[in-house]
Amino acid sequence: MNKLTNAVWNCFGKASIHIAKRDDIAWWKSWIIRVISVVMALIVCGFLTVALTDLNPIDVYVTMIKGAVGTPRLVWNLLQNTAILLCVSLAVTPAFKMRFWNIGAEGQVLIGGLATATCMIFLGEVVPGPVLIPMMFVISVIAGAFWAFIPAFFKARFNSNETLFTLMMNYIAIQIVAYFTLEWSVPKGSGTPRTLEFGQLPMLFGQKYLINIIVVILITVLMYIYLKYTKQGYEISVVGESENTARYIGINVKKVILRTMAISGAVCGIAGFLLVAGTDHSLKSDTAGGRGFTAIMVSWLAKFHPGFMVLTSLLIVFLEKGASKISEVYRLNSSFSDIITGIIIFFIIGSEFFINYKIKSNRKSKEEN
Amino acid sequence: MKSNVALELKNITKTFGSVVANKNVSIQVKKGEILSILGENGSGKTTLMNMVSGIYYPDSGEMFIDGDPVTIASPKDAFNYKIGMIHQHFKLVDVFSAAENIILGLEDKNGFNMTEYVKKIKEITDLYGFDLDPYKKIYEMSVSEKQTVEIIKVLFRGADILILDEPTAVLTPQETVKLFAVLRKMRESGKAIIIITHKLHEVLSLSDSVAVLRKGEYIGTVKTAETNESQLTEMMVGKKISLNIERSEPQNSEDRLVVNKINCINREGVKVLDDVSFTARSGEILGIAGIAGSGQRELLEAIAGLQYLNDGEVLYNNPKTKTTENLRDKTPIQIRQLGVRLAFVPEDRLGMGLVGNMDIVDNMMLRSYKKGKSAFLQRKSPKSLAEEIIDRLEVVTPSTSTPVRRLSGGNVQKILVGREIASSPTVLMAAYPVRGLDINSSYTIYNLLNEQKQKGVAVIFVGEDLDVLLELCDRIMVIGGGRVTGIVDGRTATKEEIGLLMTKTADEQKQDKGGAVENE
Amino acid sequence: MLATIIQRAVMQGTPLLFGSTGEILTEKSGHLNLGIPGIMYVGAISGVAGAFLYEQSTAMLNPFLAVFIPLICCLIGSMFMGLIYCFLTVTLRANQNVTGLALTTFGIGIGNFFGGSLIKLVDTDVPSISLSTTSVIFKTQIPFANKMGWFGDVFFSYGFLVYVAIIVALISSYVLNKTRVGLHLRSVGESPETADAAGINVTKYKYVSTCIGSAIAGLGGLYYVMDYANGVWSNNGFGDRGWLSIALVIFSVWRPSLSILGSILFGFLYVIPTYIPNITVSTKILFEMLPYVVTILVLVITSIRDKKENQPPASLGLAYFREER
Repeated sequence: MNKLTNAVWNCFGKASIHIAKRDDIAWWKSWIIRVISVVMALIVCGFLTVALTDLNPIDVYVTMIKGAVGTPRLVWNLLQNTAILLCVSLAVTPAFKMRFWNIGAEGQVLIGGLATATCMIFLGEVVPGPVLIPMMFVISVIAGAFWAFIPAFFKARFNSNETLFTLMMNYIAIQIVAYFTLEWSVPKGSGTPRTLEFGQLPMLFGQKYLINIIVVILITVLMYIYLKYTKQGYEISVVGESENTARYIGINVKKVILRTMAISGAVCGIAGFLLVAGTDHSLKSDTAGGRGFTAIMVSWLAKFHPGFMVLTSLLIVFLEKGASKISEVYRLNSSFSDIITGIIIFFIIGSEFFINYKIKSNRKSKEEN
Repeated sequence: MKSNVALELKNITKTFGSVVANKNVSIQVKKGEILSILGENGSGKTTLMNMVSGIYYPDSGEMFIDGDPVTIASPKDAFNYKIGMIHQHFKLVDVFSAAENIILGLEDKNGFNMTEYVKKIKEITDLYGFDLDPYKKIYEMSVSEKQTVEIIKVLFRGADILILDEPTAVLTPQETVKLFAVLRKMRESGKAIIIITHKLHEVLSLSDSVAVLRKGEYIGTVKTAETNESQLTEMMVGKKISLNIERSEPQNSEDRLVVNKINCINREGVKVLDDVSFTARSGEILGIAGIAGSGQRELLEAIAGLQYLNDGEVLYNNPKTKTTENLRDKTPIQIRQLGVRLAFVPEDRLGMGLVGNMDIVDNMMLRSYKKGKSAFLQRKSPKSLAEEIIDRLEVVTPSTSTPVRRLSGGNVQKILVGREIASSPTVLMAAYPVRGLDINSSYTIYNLLNEQKQKGVAVIFVGEDLDVLLELCDRIMVIGGGRVTGIVDGRTATKEEIGLLMTKTADEQKQDKGGAVENE
Repeated sequence: MLATIIQRAVMQGTPLLFGSTGEILTEKSGHLNLGIPGIMYVGAISGVAGAFLYEQSTAMLNPFLAVFIPLICCLIGSMFMGLIYCFLTVTLRANQNVTGLALTTFGIGIGNFFGGSLIKLVDTDVPSISLSTTSVIFKTQIPFANKMGWFGDVFFSYGFLVYVAIIVALISSYVLNKTRVGLHLRSVGESPETADAAGINVTKYKYVSTCIGSAIAGLGGLYYVMDYANGVWSNNGFGDRGWLSIALVIFSVWRPSLSILGSILFGFLYVIPTYIPNITVSTKILFEMLPYVVTILVLVITSIRDKKENQPPASLGLAYFREER
């Protein structure tokens, strides 16, 4: 009886496949896999759209492209949105490289924005613009850093779960901002957010968003340099890769956690500053607009590389804008873009498996051993 | 027909790639018998037993249980044949109680009745004389209690053949005595027991017969009653093989590192270093021999500033300033700031000494990245260092920007050792630097160590191959169970001498002084 | 008045209780499912779609079918979401946080999209879907509840889903702590290697617990629309209750039975500002922050006390990969 089951087991064992980690994959192969996954996702989305609208899919995609980059104003809009998303993505990256799951970017951005708004309201009439804007900048950076420092402190000191802690911090920030939005609304208590007149970022060459974009380009370059060419960036990589190695060469892991999270929060603070002073000129509890969460996906999809992050954030914003155009033109609900984004991210996340693992048959692997 | 032989292996062979782990091994164990499998580290004991418990599958050979030929292809099969193995690393859920761990994974058609299970566990503990509270959580337990849980787990599943892999490695002498008492009771009740060990006195006091393996080969089986320590040692270590490693005479040696009575108790509460004292001299290679896990890692980490010490001192005589520094309780950075040039090649190359996902250049910087006041990294000299090491040590790699995890074991080690000696150290510690390396790479490492010795570095070499230790080292310190059991001259010592020192434990040493060796 | 406060606290707490019970089951298998908010949206909209189509198809509602159809649709919809999550994180070993967040984006998108589009299927000018007929059935109370004064208000004045939530939480608690399946599930979340070595099918446990957990969480969404919101779907009406459910998991230190009390407390914090005289709208907003503050305090206190039983499952957030030989 046992022999029989064994025989069956062996048969099954030989026929089955098994999965092994890949040592390495050529960079072009991994990009082919990613591109295939995006194409497949677009096909699925195409089917979905056609099912919902009964339209020619080509038309739909044309509409989408037009909706994202059809006019100069749309292009600026696209770039501005990409810039902010990119900024938040860059902010979470140092923490992620350190394997610290900072999913509190939403809150850190809001607190930065709150700091900016506070300055604009209370110092706006007192302090002249050229002094006010740098002040706003510095205070937002400090505020964002402070907000991120709290969970980092408890992680370093008591090993509190950082994912859950930063997640909760988001909602505290949202409620605080909601409170002040209401307090400051005109007329008071109406809920209409006050337009912040003092301390708005100036237009450059007649373009409202240009300064935002320039700031974010600067941050991208600086972050790339920070992560790749500074001693602190190097320490982040070592701690993230192996705490044991960090110990071996005498890195103070706790210090690195605190410092890196402060930096992460500080850059979120800048994003908040740009949103309030440069884009919206007002503060609402949805000023961050879920970018804190989208940024996590952007950073992760780009493998924490600032350069690729430009591409992934552009892709996401492009999809959002394009899909919202589709929903507008074909009278679909605006949430259509969330569905499309979700599907495409699922496909890209899924494709990582085929980059990191290879599937082989059991028989062959036994011989290899 | 039922045979008295519980388990028999015939001509079992298993290879991993080009490495032969077991070659034509044939052993048998009867019901009501304790068989020891004796051999040094890497002699293939655990691999052999893993095949019996279904973790590996043999390339060739036959297995018989109760005289019937069987195929054991999975742990489940082993379980069905009533074989239970207690591994060295316990597989237990920390937040569960002992009873919950014991019944984990069982299917029982009679439902889930914890009180019933506890009653059954109590029956087992009473029968064999275990000492265990079934409701105690694993995280509150000592290592020996955890081991008890593992053994009962196997017995609960009705195992008739028990395999224990190095069961005493983690136990105190008192706990060992208790365990042996339990094992003897099991033998009386007709269980077949196999213990994997390298401790001679245990073999002699506990088992009925001994099977000896050496470097994967089966040497033979002897009855315990008809053998003695020296015969077993000879079977285990074999004849001396000449390796032709160069060895120069130490030149103007001075005491570089004086370790004085250091003690270390690890997180589990086990004393891993017990009054260890020795001196490492400049221009000399000090070998450290011992069974794996006797405190080698903790000793080196203590010197490197990575291990908390409960007692003792680590003194460093600075050749330049002629001052003496105590390195105890200092971090690696503080040690470096004192001007102590200490190089350390840890056992765990890719998990500690190097970062696998970083390229060669970035790995070169691990020690030196902080140099200078600039906030930026300086990759120029690490790059030239990388090129120099690749060139000089003949590292096979596509380029200096290849992640080190993609290199072969020998090349990884060359990178690591190359980096460590590049800082022109005064003390070089290397833990198992040739483990897993091919012959050519091994000789490259030996040459590097010799070169450092000739430069006046105090080299500490932790090794496992006695032939290498005897040819490479000027002095060999043997440790067992966290204690120094002897320091011998590398030029005159014999393999047997070291082998005997290695298998001694703390309590035996004390008894030695009294002149009596207890034989159960 | 106290009876009314408790009554409203329970009603506020019920969606959170469903969500947290579902999330606890999922987390016990080692998976931090941040897709719960999305799953609850999908659960709600699936139920709404089922009820809507049924209401459209017949003039006379059969009370049994009016409950049964939305219920089944809700379970299927939310389970499907759980399946997506499992396929990505268990089979394809994707990062749990990223997958969960994408699932939330996706789920909220689905909810709001279909919530807004269903109306277009019928040519009416109603601004939003209103399923008042179905809702009335969902809200049916025990007949004699209103004759029992405050006692009836506190204990018997709810629609059946409130009791389902409590029963599910109690059953989950029982299963986790007193049955073999629960023991195996907890071992998978604590130490998948150990579970694997003990012959437990780790993948199966992860899939089943995550899918069942998702289905339970989805019921929270259904309760919200059908009972709490009187069958009226409004986009984003569900708010941040999904995240509150995850907070409740931490607050109740991964114990569904504690979750029952926790959900009422959270609900209490939610409704209490309404009963404070002269409270401003903005102060009310600050009150809404309290559940999160309390949760962080619990998180901090449990990590400072470092009691092993009160920690998150040890392998939470980590993918399990058995390197085969």
